[in-house]
Amino acid sequence: MSAPPAIRVQDLSKRYRLGATTTTLAAAATGLVRRLARRPLQDDALPDSREFWALRDVSLEIAPGEVVGVVGRNGAGKSTLLKILSRITPPTTGRVEMRGDVSSLLEVGTGFHPELSGRENVFLSGAILGMRRRDVAERFDDIVAFAGVERFIDTPVKRYSSGMYVRLAFAVAAHLETDILLVDEVLAVGDDEFQRRCLGKMRDVVGQGRTVVFVSHNLAAVERLCPRSLWIEGGHLEVDGPTGDVIAAYLRRVGSRQTGGVAVIAPEAERIGGEDAKFVETSLTDRSGIPLEQVALGQPFSVELAFDLAVPVDKGVLEVGISSPEHGRVATVQNIDGGRPGLVLDPGAHRFRVDIETTLLPGEYSVDVALHVLPSLTLDWVERVLTFTALNLAEEGEDRWPWAHVRGALRPDSRWIRLPAGDRTASRS
Amino acid sequence: MATTEHGPLTVIEPVGGLVFPDLRELWRRRDLLYLMVRRDLTVRYKQSVAGALWAVLQPVALAAVFSVFLGLLADVPSAAGIPYPVFALSGMVLWLFFTGALTRSSDSTVSSSDLIAKVYFPRAAIPLAASVGPVVDFAVAFVVVVAAVLVYGEPLGASLLLVPLIIPVVLAVALGSGLWLSALYVRFRDIGLVVPFMVQVGLFMTPIIYPFSLVPDHLQWLYGLNPMVGALELYRWMVFPDAAWPGLVVLVPLIAGPVLLVSGAAFFERSQRGFADVI
Repeated sequence: MSAPPAIRVQDLSKRYRLGATTTTLAAAATGLVRRLARRPLQDDALPDSREFWALRDVSLEIAPGEVVGVVGRNGAGKSTLLKILSRITPPTTGRVEMRGDVSSLLEVGTGFHPELSGRENVFLSGAILGMRRRDVAERFDDIVAFAGVERFIDTPVKRYSSGMYVRLAFAVAAHLETDILLVDEVLAVGDDEFQRRCLGKMRDVVGQGRTVVFVSHNLAAVERLCPRSLWIEGGHLEVDGPTGDVIAAYLRRVGSRQTGGVAVIAPEAERIGGEDAKFVETSLTDRSGIPLEQVALGQPFSVELAFDLAVPVDKGVLEVGISSPEHGRVATVQNIDGGRPGLVLDPGAHRFRVDIETTLLPGEYSVDVALHVLPSLTLDWVERVLTFTALNLAEEGEDRWPWAHVRGALRPDSRWIRLPAGDRTASRS
Repeated sequence: MATTEHGPLTVIEPVGGLVFPDLRELWRRRDLLYLMVRRDLTVRYKQSVAGALWAVLQPVALAAVFSVFLGLLADVPSAAGIPYPVFALSGMVLWLFFTGALTRSSDSTVSSSDLIAKVYFPRAAIPLAASVGPVVDFAVAFVVVVAAVLVYGEPLGASLLLVPLIIPVVLAVALGSGLWLSALYVRFRDIGLVVPFMVQVGLFMTPIIYPFSLVPDHLQWLYGLNPMVGALELYRWMVFPDAAWPGLVVLVPLIAGPVLLVSGAAFFERSQRGFADVI
């Protein structure tokens, strides 16, 4: 008889209520009074619009020692799956069984306290991740050596460079020795040299016969580490199989392959349009053209487009759209905005950059690109070519979205003017 | 979690009904509890210039202020012939222990929101660890109380050895309330304003800076419903040999503590499953 699965997931679903958020006692009391008075709020009248299934009826089994990658677009549900497996959030329905000690690594540096020394943080972070003090003490020298911070181990980590901080934080997590390891995107930190070492460490982990679930946007890393992969799309398990097949199917659907803010668009990507024009690359950059994976709150960002044209075009219109999984298309910019003339383009390769002047509220976004010709011809149109995260963190300063749930997607510049209180608009004429 | 031949089995399911924190799991993660308590103490004392002196300075300074304005100027009496400054200091030390444990445990979940969103561990460890740090402050400050008793030439009795027993009594009330408040705080952010207000009001509704006997007889039963009244009277009886046995009022904290603790633990455990979704 074969061993029982290390992880068995049955009909797992997770529903988020978009209305369930923090509130004040006064608001809760008014809500209660209204409900008691049987005067439903407008919100209550539309319960479905405020619900969102992040995961729907997912079932799967993972054998002991298997290393499984999870791929999918931002907001597709892969992080929700990992959060349920990690017991951070409960499922709405369904059941998970896991055999063996489980540890999860959703963020590097969880539980690090800036005031504490490197040594103190290693023990604290290890304990938070599930290690006993004795286990940490045994591996302490290895952890410090792996991170390469021996000289600073008794210095408060607030004095560390961000590289040292991340290396030490990852080193603790890398020395977890549990039967089942759940990992989310942690390789996307540190410099190239450190990323190579992390990948090496992950490969060691994989070689030890432990069960690993690895969520990543980094398809190359998934290909290298995981023989089997799951593709989660719209909360469903779309494909489950050998990684090569899953990634090929995923790329066919997504149509692009993204690393570090640059998406290379495959010729066979799902697109609208003929052979006359093809987008080949799109990237999200800062104003100096450096690719960005994430946009800080208020950080100016740009989109670069590269496309090949087989025919000459006059009155060409380039379009860049920003969409979010919750709100759909939230912004569209075109080179003809404001009555500017269309583009005159010769056949050949072209490259454009558009600087977008708006602030995105924190959340997940995707970029759509299109090339049209006035008055009504679309030469090429690729949706969700690129995904990125807008952070709730300014590059510098205190700017933040302070509430638990983000309302809306765009934050246009605004000016606030204090007016005399008695000055009613209605009395002006 | 049950252990089988293939290692411990973890089952994740939607749960309803009455649930309690898993005490065996908390015991298994005792290293985490210890390190969280140590983190709180280290950070608190590292960040302030006076360091551990704060645990002493705060009650001494408050007792001095009340001694001048209430003891001297307003001529407020103490109890059982204890000099007013010693009386006020002893009360202030226990009160600051209680309010420290209450405030820290109430704030603990919201201030640990990044942890809650990113990693699993028994959530009850958060308010539990937060409430333990003030025990250390109390132990340090209590040495000063004993010193003050000696300086004023007051007698010390064998009942002084019972003082450690007041710690679980006070901690049960503080942590029990803290469990309720910290779970509510995740959803209702004005709890962050309510707790400091409760602490301020409580200072005047507990016999810290004036004796219990000052409360009119016919209102004493109502006054005594505040569990800290019985706790403080019991504690003064332990510290001062001349203090009278407080009587039935000591039953209030002894009953309220466990009731708050058990109900708070159940409420917290029920609420904590949704923390990551709202925090």
